[in-house]
Amino acid sequence: MNSTEKKALAVTACKVRMGIIEGVYHAKSGHPGGSLSAADMFTYLYFRELHVDPKNPKDPQRDRFVLSKGHACPGLYAALAERGFFPREELKSLRHIGAMLQGHPDMKHTPGIDMSTGSLGQGISAACGMALAGKMDKKDYRVYALLGDGEVEEGQVWEAAMFAGHHDLDNLCEIVDSNKLQIDGPVSEVGGSYPIDKKFEAFGFDVQTIDGHDFDAIEKAFAHARTVKGKPSCIIMNTIKGKGVSYMENQVGWHGKAPDEEQYHQAMTELKAELARLEAE
Amino acid sequence: MMAEMIKKATRESFGLAVTAAAKENPNIVVLDADLAQATKTAIFKKAFPERFVDVGIAECNMIGIAAGLATCGKIPFAASFAMFSAGRAFEQVRNSIGYPHLNVKVVGSHAGVSVGEDGATHQCLEDIALMRSIPGMVVINPADHYEMTAAVRALVDYQGPAYLRLCRLPVESVNNNDDYRFELGKGITLRDGSDITVAATGLMVSEAVKAADALKAEGISVRVLDIHTIKPLDKELIAKAARETGKIITVEEHNIIGGLGEAVCSALCESYPAPVIRMGTHDCFGHSGPGAELLKEFGLCAEGIAKTVKQALGK
Repeated sequence: MNSTEKKALAVTACKVRMGIIEGVYHAKSGHPGGSLSAADMFTYLYFRELHVDPKNPKDPQRDRFVLSKGHACPGLYAALAERGFFPREELKSLRHIGAMLQGHPDMKHTPGIDMSTGSLGQGISAACGMALAGKMDKKDYRVYALLGDGEVEEGQVWEAAMFAGHHDLDNLCEIVDSNKLQIDGPVSEVGGSYPIDKKFEAFGFDVQTIDGHDFDAIEKAFAHARTVKGKPSCIIMNTIKGKGVSYMENQVGWHGKAPDEEQYHQAMTELKAELARLEAE
Repeated sequence: MMAEMIKKATRESFGLAVTAAAKENPNIVVLDADLAQATKTAIFKKAFPERFVDVGIAECNMIGIAAGLATCGKIPFAASFAMFSAGRAFEQVRNSIGYPHLNVKVVGSHAGVSVGEDGATHQCLEDIALMRSIPGMVVINPADHYEMTAAVRALVDYQGPAYLRLCRLPVESVNNNDDYRFELGKGITLRDGSDITVAATGLMVSEAVKAADALKAEGISVRVLDIHTIKPLDKELIAKAARETGKIITVEEHNIIGGLGEAVCSALCESYPAPVIRMGTHDCFGHSGPGAELLKEFGLCAEGIAKTVKQALGK
């Protein structure tokens, strides 16, 4: 990736972050922390990695993405809007009565959503099913799923991981957004899911651990995952919860809370300044 | 014209029917969770090993995998004991299949107390209640070999989520009739009658027929309805029976809470309020013993139904 491409990604990621803040502010609820931590990953996926077409979102040959940590949908919605799956204006009606954008992803009503998720631990199983269908039909699409580092406390995640390893689903790439915080506190104190890398390795995955805010590292990791044969991939992305909004970074309280008007303006001022800085580079 | 009477467990009829359907429809896939011999999906596995997925002892994951397969155009039948496919994995069925309205057929075998010796932990008496509470979920409980065969065909054609209940014990066919026609949501009048109606489902239908035939000799005219589809319920047929026979007895191998009995009561409340006697298990767990004897203990047999009919009619 050259510097122009990397700059373009950074600019888009900043717009995705602005979309997240717009969404949760207008919803007066939602999950900004885990959306912001995954914003760079969403951006890379939808602008560099996934073979998807906003004009044909149900294309049977497309790559699939399952947001197993469904509460991070403000980030996914913002990325889909940037990519042209639906107008950005939709973000402002997130979680409103009658709106297309539900509090958790709804595949029936939102273009670009490949699976309805939100109940933690379930998306990864659906992703396994999609990958298995690809194998059965000898199609070459790939399936990606994003898990949280708190979410992996769910037992179903490991049922699915065992299945993926056992069935050699090398068309499946699991991503863990390791932002270190869950609702009740640090993951290290609440659920004890660590070490996550060793667990996925034990279940037969090719595991990489990278900085989830470094586009070069993300590119390299996805490129490597595509070369892995005979086993599924797992990319653990070390991230900062709330990344990009100073007062939200590493704060557990911003897992599932919307900014008030003053906080909204502060967040948007910070992100606009960052956008201006990036564009001036 | 009568077709051959076949005595076969509906789980076996299911295994045969889904295998036959798969010969014509390449999208059908079958999943199981380490119970293929018991649920009879092993019949399918033998014929179509490449379209059979044993997920191991992980029912919640099985439901999610079935959901993912369905998003890619497959028609998955995901089977385990009712206790586990409808019970343990309820929330997965609700959120990963029901909410997105995916084309997955959840199969619950070994339902009811007729599981027998395994005892209460494996005797699911709540599956109908759980599955019918999910919006958009079709719930089917076939009575015999012919009905199971037709139900599987109908579910392949039906686009959407459904629950199919199978039983362990062999059952004598009652729908071995050349005019037999299966339609989702339409009950079948197996015996016409004017004194009272017995609306039965699953394994209880053949018992209801036996009871009605025995009572006929005593001059009691019993209408028998085979309610294979509990959701959507054939409300018209049930209201008509209430109007014409006055009372209804429901019979199911299920808790009287949340099953066929309550579905019939709800329907009649809104159309033609009439007395309903619900036969089933009365808010209790089962226990170990031979399946057929357990059914008798709970009154879920021809004699028990005949006794209840006489009590209801004051005879």
